[in-house]
Amino acid sequence: MAPHSIIGQPLPMTDAPAKITGLGKYADDLLVPGMLYGKILHSPHAHARIRAIDTSKAEALPGVKAVATGGDAPHPYGILPIGHDERVFALDKARYIGDNLAAVAAVSLELAEQALDLIEVDYELLPAWFDPLESMQATRDWIHESKPNNIEKEYHHVFGDVEKGFAEATFVREERYFAGEVTHAAMEPHSTLAVWEPDGRLTVYSSTQVPYYLHRTISEVCEMPMSQIRVIKPLVGGGFGGKSEVIPLEVAAPVLAKKAYRPVKITYTREEVFYAHRGRPITIVDLKVGLTREGKISAVAARVVQDGGAYCGYGPVTVLYSGALLGAIYDIPNVRFDGYRVLTNKPACGAMRGHGTVNVRFAFEVMLDALAHDAGLDPAEVRRRNLLKAPCLTANGLRVTSYGLPECIEKVVERSGWAAKKGRLPFGRGVGLACSHYVSGAANPIIRSNMPHTTVHIKIDRDAAVTLYTGASEIGQGSDTIQVQIVAEVLGVRPERIKLVAADTELTPVDLGSYSSRVTFMAGNACLEAAKNMRAQILEGVARKFGCDPQLLEARDDMVFTLDDSRLRLRFEEAVGAALDFRGALVAQGTYAPPEEARGGKFKGAGVGPSPSYSYSAQVAEVSVDTETGQIQVHRIIAAHDCGKALNPLTVEGQIEGSVYMGLGQALQEEMLWNKGRLMNPTLLEYRIPSTLETPEIESIIVESMDPEGPFGAKEAGEGSLAATIPAVANAIYDAVGVRIHSLPITPEKVLAALHDKQLRGGGAVKREKGGAR
Amino acid sequence: MAKELIRLKVNGEVHEAAVPPSKLLLDVLREDLGLTGSKRGCDDSSCGCCAVLVDGVPMLSCVAIASCYQEEEIVTVEGIAPPGELDPVQEGFAVAGGAQCGYCTPGFLIATKALLDRRPRPTLEEIRDALSSNLCRCTGYMQIYESVKLAIERASSRAAAAQAPVER
Repeated sequence: MAPHSIIGQPLPMTDAPAKITGLGKYADDLLVPGMLYGKILHSPHAHARIRAIDTSKAEALPGVKAVATGGDAPHPYGILPIGHDERVFALDKARYIGDNLAAVAAVSLELAEQALDLIEVDYELLPAWFDPLESMQATRDWIHESKPNNIEKEYHHVFGDVEKGFAEATFVREERYFAGEVTHAAMEPHSTLAVWEPDGRLTVYSSTQVPYYLHRTISEVCEMPMSQIRVIKPLVGGGFGGKSEVIPLEVAAPVLAKKAYRPVKITYTREEVFYAHRGRPITIVDLKVGLTREGKISAVAARVVQDGGAYCGYGPVTVLYSGALLGAIYDIPNVRFDGYRVLTNKPACGAMRGHGTVNVRFAFEVMLDALAHDAGLDPAEVRRRNLLKAPCLTANGLRVTSYGLPECIEKVVERSGWAAKKGRLPFGRGVGLACSHYVSGAANPIIRSNMPHTTVHIKIDRDAAVTLYTGASEIGQGSDTIQVQIVAEVLGVRPERIKLVAADTELTPVDLGSYSSRVTFMAGNACLEAAKNMRAQILEGVARKFGCDPQLLEARDDMVFTLDDSRLRLRFEEAVGAALDFRGALVAQGTYAPPEEARGGKFKGAGVGPSPSYSYSAQVAEVSVDTETGQIQVHRIIAAHDCGKALNPLTVEGQIEGSVYMGLGQALQEEMLWNKGRLMNPTLLEYRIPSTLETPEIESIIVESMDPEGPFGAKEAGEGSLAATIPAVANAIYDAVGVRIHSLPITPEKVLAALHDKQLRGGGAVKREKGGAR
Repeated sequence: MAKELIRLKVNGEVHEAAVPPSKLLLDVLREDLGLTGSKRGCDDSSCGCCAVLVDGVPMLSCVAIASCYQEEEIVTVEGIAPPGELDPVQEGFAVAGGAQCGYCTPGFLIATKALLDRRPRPTLEEIRDALSSNLCRCTGYMQIYESVKLAIERASSRAAAAQAPVER
């Protein structure tokens, strides 16, 4: 008998029927009687004092039921306890083009839009800051008075002896890398429906990855107890981090609903989604890495400046991740990190798939490739020489419990034909290798507490239906399916027997949300514990009723039976019936909190980076470069990902391929283009997320390292692969035509400029030779 | 603006709605007919989430004036299979991972349905081309191709089953 009957199966997602019939409801699909349409007035100025707002004409427009401004909800909020610097509507200043000033609720969208035009705002324009390096030198006109020099936060960490490390190095490189700003571009624009209930309560349906943080924030800004507010997450059309903190419409709609005593729905246009942003910041990485003659990394120094936009958001966490996850992938004894989160008059950045790690990983893996060439080593070999020996604790206090990176490297080297291709393809074609990793959830919650990060409940009654109450947020990544599979496996029932009630603050226990790739590991472990508890209750009931040893009972395939002989064989309904006789309706609870030893060191900023477990990825990209046009064609990406154990290989592969796809977009074509705080490409057409025509073949390979603490050995699958894609492509371009591009996205213009540069330095025409020594 | 009465043939049924003359087909479907399967994902007709079949041709309902389509047969995602049944295209997307968040799925289903109605056995290049007007941010498209291939298989086995002599 196979060890598992449901774990490891490529089951279709449990919510697939809702999605393939068009009958599933996303927030904007919801209509309730009497519903009003809300629209938000955004600032046309990047930095301006608001002298006065006159809403009287808007209020007088027939059909307008409420107009709200800053004074209606003056409490500051923000995702981090140290960053409560946003208000539903600006009170004193507009800090970016698109900042929220007022909102209208009216009987139709057209009337709401008309009413916005009637609101008169008296602005006093202020000098604005757009360039992060200039902004951090600012001596006046600071974006927030409490943040001198427009620096939101800075961190300085040293582990080991960095100078000694560089002294031991034979090869040292020091370079600047730049990454442009990218955004999530989930297909579903944000939408929130806030329903004012006749008993004075609020019910809020929202496209969110974090219903419980939203619950808390609505309570703060609406000055209502959490007990009077219910947040429900309907189907969510993709998140990628863009819905992982409270987005302005999510608080604007409740404020309007409360003021109008009516249901109010606000749905962003795509342009508003771009300005709501919270994506990956412009990042400037000054990186120095030393390599010994033997190919060992002896020291790393990184100075990272992130252009965070006008509000704090997740900023300090983003910059801390960029430093913390220099560790936990290779064995690096000496590290110096200087990180700066800088404010500018642009929309706030935030968490985006691979939060904080992606741009630094690009820099690091490209530099490691260059150092390998300096040392005459194969890029795969230099990585082999710097592997960790898990289990271990890294220099910066991260605990690594399982480590499939070596196998990931071997798999992609073998599958890509690396040995035959690296440095051996004709000029213009090349291969590149890179690695990455990511957390399986943050070991420390955003709001520090000792509460479990997830609690789930299971209920079984007379009908023998298994109801799983979980706060975890399905956003398309398949978390509902994974939780159902875990519970079904442990209880020995068919997945269809399980009814999942999820992400409804009135019904489900708290789960921190779908961010930092935490759900499989954390909600999964909570489900495992609850299901084991429930299983024990059922088997004990059966044993008591039929006078047998519960240890000898097995539950599988919707049956409960004795292992020693086959005389007792009950249908699941009968087994449940036996247990109900003694207990009434069965309930079980499971929780998960990361172990104390996984929570990291004690220094300032040590809370970000620690995780109960890390995923690992290695990738090989094969590309062609046209030296006449600079055009890059990616032929294929081979991506191996260590997810611990693939609870559902179908959804794991979907996550790997989706991550690679998003990495490719950032590598080659996506970039938010700013002109004095105005976004020049706020549409999908111009921002250019890759279509089928621009997406090459992606081949995913699952590596299973069986994490000792993950549910059935599982860990992260949804984010870790993204970061390897970008440097793999950059390294392949070098292999193809011998130029290193240190700036993302790698456009044809940059390639041509680099080729031209190389030609000037080399004298004469572009040499038909492959890059570097080998 | 004064409303006018329009009559649309959607999913085999005739619907009447009083709408402003300029109202978009997508908004009429979603707001007046309660067919919310078709989605709005962009402002510039670039995402394909709103695609519907108009006389068998995939069209973006976000740039179609509803009143101009009173003669045509319109099919939305809700109508690509009879109630209680699934089209092979739907089965393919459910089983092979073609739908992650599901928001783009209606548009992909419509585009795929139109492709397979026209060419029951397309090559990968033809699939890639036919789906190039639809954006998906989740899958990287690989499992969408797998879904289409599975739909092709299921459609041909259904056709074979329909032709097989009934056993007595």
